[in-house]
Amino acid sequence: MKTPPAPLRVPALVTLSMAGLLALTVSFTLAQMKSPATPKDAQSLYAELAKVPEKARAERNPFQGDPEAVAAGRKLFEQHCAECHGSTAEGRRRGPSLRANEVQQAAPGALFWILTNGVVRRGMPVWSKLPEPERWQIVTYLKSAK
Amino acid sequence: MAIAILCGAFHKHRGDTGGARDSGFGVREQIPEPQTPSANPRPRIPKRLAAYCSLLVVVFIRQAQAQESPYIVTYDHYLEEPGSLEVEYFSTLGTQRGGNDFHAFWTEFEYGATAWWTTEFYLDGQTTFHDTTVFTGFRWENRFRPFQREHFINPVVYVEYEQISEADKIIKEVEGHDVESDHADPNAVLRKQYDHELEFKLLLSKTFNGWNVALNPLATKSLSPNDPWEFGYALGASRPLALKASPNRCSLCRENFIVGVEMYGGLGDAGSFGLHETSHYLAPVAALNLPTGWTLRLSPGLGLNDNSHRLLLRWGVSREFTGFGETARRLFGGGR
Repeated sequence: MKTPPAPLRVPALVTLSMAGLLALTVSFTLAQMKSPATPKDAQSLYAELAKVPEKARAERNPFQGDPEAVAAGRKLFEQHCAECHGSTAEGRRRGPSLRANEVQQAAPGALFWILTNGVVRRGMPVWSKLPEPERWQIVTYLKSAK
Repeated sequence: MAIAILCGAFHKHRGDTGGARDSGFGVREQIPEPQTPSANPRPRIPKRLAAYCSLLVVVFIRQAQAQESPYIVTYDHYLEEPGSLEVEYFSTLGTQRGGNDFHAFWTEFEYGATAWWTTEFYLDGQTTFHDTTVFTGFRWENRFRPFQREHFINPVVYVEYEQISEADKIIKEVEGHDVESDHADPNAVLRKQYDHELEFKLLLSKTFNGWNVALNPLATKSLSPNDPWEFGYALGASRPLALKASPNRCSLCRENFIVGVEMYGGLGDAGSFGLHETSHYLAPVAALNLPTGWTLRLSPGLGLNDNSHRLLLRWGVSREFTGFGETARRLFGGGR
């Protein structure tokens, strides 16, 4: 794959594609700077909980009522979730409050499913990179954060 | 602190000198003569530079623990969190038969543009022992997640443009008929030859019971019309040492360590697909994710055939700055 030292010309199509991608990068970055989320946005995010499959909703939390899991979940929450949802899950511009009734009344399995799959279209990444027990520890903390 | 010092140094530099200077690209810039102290007793930092410095200072004090994979060549399907910036530095110490050993290095700036799109910019360089240190080029990669939810196997589409010289030795991927002898010539010879390439990967990955398994087939095409498509692969498996978090904040607890192994190599090109005249590596990998947001990685890669470097010892350090986009928003007045 060695090429002669003569200067290479990058085809116009590639240049245009790269320029387009760069413009998209800038526009998405700017989009993140838009105005704060409204209560209506939060409601539509809570509505995602209703879309959780029944089977996932029925899953039991293996750490339910375990005070150590609450402490560990709190630590994990502060490390991975607080940036968007606030240090005490009170909600911020980029993430809704997780102390709201919609979340507190949701089944632990539903929270676990949302944590695993994210809500990618709305900016919440998937968190399946955290091991399953750690995700349950976060759910345990959330359910204790009334 | 380092950034503040850097900004201060720039401040002084601009305040002290006038006349012409080299911009670093072979172009002479004309710098205005400084104003007399009576006209302007306090040299001022340009507003834009002050904003950039403030941005960096503010960002540098944010802390959040990253959960980075230990892979150095292989990619899993996880993207950067939206609005987060990860700055990474990696080194590769390589042995070279028929030439001098080398230390190749690169810096990455990885930004989560959205939850389904991560964009990343690389700067590469290398030092060949008993030879020279050279800047070898840049890469711009983008990763897109096509599906909204987790599936049995999760695909991510990877597209990269790279403009690098043949002196590039970071070996971030192995493709086509890349072999050890490609790197044996002196830098003065290698740096005269350039590649402009588009690289495509399909990142397939699955995490199950704490194990992540990833497979990355790749295809590259030089923009030089006579060069064929080249192919390669990377695969990896990794797992945290503990799946459950401990209740206390800790640096060296087992949950912060992730270990695994990765393998990567070339698969020939469109004219001669296969393992003939290709190189392959097997590399144990380990990462330590510290609560301060730093991640350390180590990977001794072993060449698996006579076409491979015998050893590629890699290590890296990275730091995630969560809320980079948010900080930028505040600095530039985008809402309260």
